[in-house]
Order: sequence, then structure tokens, then C-alpha cells
Amino acid sequence: MKEPFEQVVRRHGASVFRVCRALLGAGADAEDAWSEVFLAALRSWPELPEGMNVEAWLVTVAKRKAIDIIRARDRRAVPAAELREGHSPHGNPGGEHLGLWQAVAALPERQRLALAYHYLGGLRHTETAQLIGSTPDAVRRAAADGLKTLRRSYHDRESPAEALRADDMPAGRFDAGERPEGAQI
Amino acid sequence: MNPTHWSVRDASDSDALFPVTEAEMAKLHDRLAESAVEQALVDVAYRTVDSPIGPMLLAVTEKGLVRVAFENEGFDAVLEQLSARISPRVLEVPRRLDRVAQELDEYFAGSRRSFDIPLDYRLSGGFRQLVQRHLPQIEYGQTLTYKQVAELVGRPTAVRAVGTACATNPLPVVVPCHRVLRTDGGLGGYLGGLEAKSALLLLEKAA
Repeated sequence: MKEPFEQVVRRHGASVFRVCRALLGAGADAEDAWSEVFLAALRSWPELPEGMNVEAWLVTVAKRKAIDIIRARDRRAVPAAELREGHSPHGNPGGEHLGLWQAVAALPERQRLALAYHYLGGLRHTETAQLIGSTPDAVRRAAADGLKTLRRSYHDRESPAEALRADDMPAGRFDAGERPEGAQI
Repeated sequence: MNPTHWSVRDASDSDALFPVTEAEMAKLHDRLAESAVEQALVDVAYRTVDSPIGPMLLAVTEKGLVRVAFENEGFDAVLEQLSARISPRVLEVPRRLDRVAQELDEYFAGSRRSFDIPLDYRLSGGFRQLVQRHLPQIEYGQTLTYKQVAELVGRPTAVRAVGTACATNPLPVVVPCHRVLRTDGGLGGYLGGLEAKSALLLLEKAA
């Protein structure tokens, strides 16, 4: 029997949102991608095979939706300066932990993607490697390195609560939802 | 499932490292519900409400109100039943049930005597549905016996089957099976428990 879709949203919503933020930054783009993922999932839900790995499926859909969003964004070709001044229509998007997502955006691409798909999205090393064109061992190393970097820059610095406050971030270094130039997902 | 619970906490330390708040998830859920309704992707919309006889779950299809459930039935189990019987496209969309919730509020406040909402009887078949469709004819504050209802639907010997139809009514309160009693004056059965049944009868007597 197919479980009620609401339970899928409750169970996997937060982890898919983390993946979207790691792929797109903590701005409105991640929220758009999340919505697209769950709308697509709701549409297909009655037909999806029983016993499939739902979270893995959602994460691969998130990847596709994130690619669409980045292509559309690049097509709009908004000058970088304008983009930086733009604010999320949803207000302070990252909340108090905005700085953390900015640090994720600043990670080397391999580490960021390994974190997104394996650590946050729960995909196996092999599945992650397939998705980003790498090897399981490289994924393992990249995810571990990425985590180490984040812990160093956030959790070992001062008290964790202080470190996570967006207000404490050096102004102008990163913007909400910033994605490294030319990054892939 | 606790309708307000989000699995924002991970077994790993990703929750500590990558916090996502309940408020953020609630906002995303609202937006999803709105788009899903717009795109006609929700086959069963539900919400929970508080009432003097405890929390209740209300569910609608495009045809109308399809389920009213009491907490003692287990809301998780009720949602799974709706998923299996109607469609797994089940989503919490409170807005879709605003009118039902309002009429229930008025009923419990004693200011409403009958419900004016479309009903979807699809969860009951055959004789049970026939009986349930007749129940709204019993007026507010009145009661009939199972035997009288059997006569009402033209099957005077089917007293036991009428009892089953009342006990399995998927739309309690709105379809007033609580107004049917045993011939000896006993309460008979009720999905929400006998306490709920007598509370409803008392409410209607007082109003």
C-alpha cells in the first residue's frame, strides 16, 4: 500500500531542503527547487513502484530541478552587482544560520556536492559518485574534507551559537543564496 | 502521524551542522499545498480541529466531505485508510476545510442544527451507505431506535445491519448516527466512543 503523500513530505522534507540549499544557496532558489521537487513527486506518487528508495529518488529529482533553476538564472543573465542587491521575496531566508549555508556555498565544488548528495541527501557513496561523475572513494574523502572545513570555520570558532549567527558574518563576503561562479551541481 | 511534526532532526549530526527550522518547513508546506491545489494534484485534503469531544480529523475529496475521525481511531491509521481506499495523493490543506470547520464550530456552540456541506459517501457501500444517507433526516435533538431506522429505509428486519451501518459511519457528527439508540434506550455503539455519543446528545438537548 502507498503511504499518504503527507507522510513523505514530513519525513523527507527537511533533508531534501538541506540538499537544495547545498546546491543553490540559502535563498529563494532553494525554496523554488524544493517546491518543484515535491510537486513533481506528488504528481508521480500513485504510479511510483512500491518499496523504492523514496529519499534517493527525491534527491535525484532535486538535482534535476536545481539544474533547471541555474540554467534559467544564467539565461536571465542578470549582472552580478544587481543579483547581489536583490533580496529574497520571502524575507531573511536563511534565518539565524544563514552564515553556515554561505560557508557551504564557498566549499570546493567536489566537497559541496559530496556533502549535498551523500551527507545531507543520504545517497550511498556509489550513488553519489555516479551522480557527480566521481569515484566512491573520492566521494568519501570529499564529504569528510567538506565537513572538516565547515566544523573548523563554524563550530570550533567561538561558541557554536555565536558562530551560527548570521549577524556575525563579515559583511559583503557572501550573499544569501550565492553560488560559486560557474559551479556545477 | 502528529500533523505538526517535522523530521527536522537527523540521526547523524547533520541537524546540528545544518539546521532547518520547523517554521521554514511550515512555510514550504503552505506553498506546496497552495500550488498542489491549483494544479489539481490533491485527491484528499485534510486538517485537524479541536472540539469539545476532542481533536478531530476532517478530510475532503473534490466531491465533498469524505471522512470525520476521532482521535481514538488514530489519525495515522485514518490517513492510511484514505490513501488505500481513495488515493495516496493525501495532503494537509487546512484552507480547503475552512467551511466544514466553521460549521462544526457553530454546531458545537449550539448555533447550528444541520450541516450545509456536500458529502462524499464513497467509503461506505450498499446497505450501509443507504442507511447513512437516510440519517440526516433525523432532526436535531430527536432520536430514533435502530429498529425505527430499519423501517425508515424499508428493511424492517435489518435491525442488526442498521446497527453496523451506524457503527461504521465514516462521517460521524455531520451524518448524525449519534441520534440512533437501542430499543431499550441503551446508547448502542459509536466510533468515537460512548462518551462522545452521550456528549453530542446532551449538547443537542441543551440547545
